[in-house]
Amino acid sequence: MSVPLLRVEGLTRAFGGLVAVQDLSFEVREGEILGLLGPNGSGKTTALNLVSGALAPDAGRVTLRDRDVTGLAPHRLSRLGIARTFQLVRVLPAMSCAENVLAGIAFGRDAAWGGAAWDRARALLARVGLAGREDHRADTLTYVDQKRLELARALALSPRLLLLDEWLAGLNPTELREGIALIRSLRDEGRTVLMVEHVMDAIRALTDRCVVMNAGRRIAEGPPGAVLAEREVVRAYLGDEDA
Amino acid sequence: MSGTALALALAALLALGTVPLLDDGFWLALAINIAQYAVLATAWALFSGPTRYISLATAAFFGIGAYTVAVLGEALPWPLVLLAAGGIGVLVSLLVGLATLRLSGVYFVVFTFGLAELIRQLVTWFEVNVARSIGRYVFVDITQPQIYWQLLGLFGLLLVIGTWLSRSRLGFALRVIGEDEVVARHAGIDTARVKIALFALSALFLSLTGAVMAPRWTYIDPAIAFNMTTSFQVLIMALLGGAQSLLGPLLGVIPLVLLFEVLGANFPNHFSILLGAAFMLVVYAVPRGIVGLLARARRRAAA
Repeated sequence: MSVPLLRVEGLTRAFGGLVAVQDLSFEVREGEILGLLGPNGSGKTTALNLVSGALAPDAGRVTLRDRDVTGLAPHRLSRLGIARTFQLVRVLPAMSCAENVLAGIAFGRDAAWGGAAWDRARALLARVGLAGREDHRADTLTYVDQKRLELARALALSPRLLLLDEWLAGLNPTELREGIALIRSLRDEGRTVLMVEHVMDAIRALTDRCVVMNAGRRIAEGPPGAVLAEREVVRAYLGDEDA
Repeated sequence: MSGTALALALAALLALGTVPLLDDGFWLALAINIAQYAVLATAWALFSGPTRYISLATAAFFGIGAYTVAVLGEALPWPLVLLAAGGIGVLVSLLVGLATLRLSGVYFVVFTFGLAELIRQLVTWFEVNVARSIGRYVFVDITQPQIYWQLLGLFGLLLVIGTWLSRSRLGFALRVIGEDEVVARHAGIDTARVKIALFALSALFLSLTGAVMAPRWTYIDPAIAFNMTTSFQVLIMALLGGAQSLLGPLLGVIPLVLLFEVLGANFPNHFSILLGAAFMLVVYAVPRGIVGLLARARRRAAA
């Protein structure tokens, strides 16, 4: 089998006495959407922070293609091709939409500056459905549009791996449909995505495989339908009586 | 700033260079004072404006520059003295930058405040225990007009660098850091390196100003050179004008230098109290600076 794009082995991170992620291992294959699931507090966001460099692991290894990237600073990982969005949406509030995207283009893997960079920023805004909003200040956008903008900024890094932290959370049904279509179109482009998500419809519609976490550990892995039916997964989400 | 605006500003500086030919008393002294704070506040805002890292280290770098002149002024030709002053300032700023990488918000403010005090105490200790004197005489052959022209030169240089910076990727990185440092890091920006580079650039100009100003005193001691009031005055001038734009600080420098001049002349014993009151008034009444007021007036006029 070919080398996976991302390999996580034995990843562990504790905060004081709380072990948020414990001995976590999984792989993300080129071109797939992998869902990272689990109840609140199960360590999903911590796992994402360890992969994106926001946190350094206490133990374990992260390998991008065949390069050991464990504990690298976020800016190094961004330049190597790992881009992310944030659980609580983060835009650059006082900057224009175009400048927000430019922030990804100017320092990313395939960095550009000047006229070519502005053209790319415009194209990326159109790609996520924000065409013509180049000059709008980011903090005047609605919640869902800020999420689109954040996605455009992540795509601006020309990422090899895109990390989405509950990107679909908090959207109304119409927005959710559009959001799912947008992410599906990313997969159709051949992008590789690791997504933390709670919205079950989205998980079933988008992911090729899922890894389920509970209390910092991996408790299941496989196609979404099969994984969500597993006894231990149901128990983690709903408790013993329903399992 | 656009290229045309920059050219106009530089031409205005050239015209202002004639002040010493018209008067060498009160007006020249006032012009030197304004030019001094214009350089200090603009250099301060170069780093602190976009990043919103409030630095109180201005007095530290200013003092380093002034003291370099006091120590080396007679030993070396003037350009080399300036080079040494700028070099030492940059060196210290790099060390400080490396140490404060992890600090943000109020911790950075407190650290820079402590830094100025620490350097003052170190210099005092050295002077008392090693040099066996508490003050030094400044003997260099620099006239008042020369001081003024050097300050104008520094200000012009700042405008050129600031204009270049506002168009450069480095300047853009600095603004992204000011907006959200976490996002900056995840967008591929080496935030530590960008912050240190700009902190050092700012420190270079602060130190040079201290060096250029030193010949105004014939005698300096650590309390004069490392005067914390400098840090606060520069901060409040930049905030009043508007630290986000290149010419913003200047808009705060001119009224406040005049105000402090009047206060110092008429209420010498209450100067600190009045300074504090001015400080609070600026923060409450003009939180976005004069530049912000102008922008709002322009929006109203357009609407």
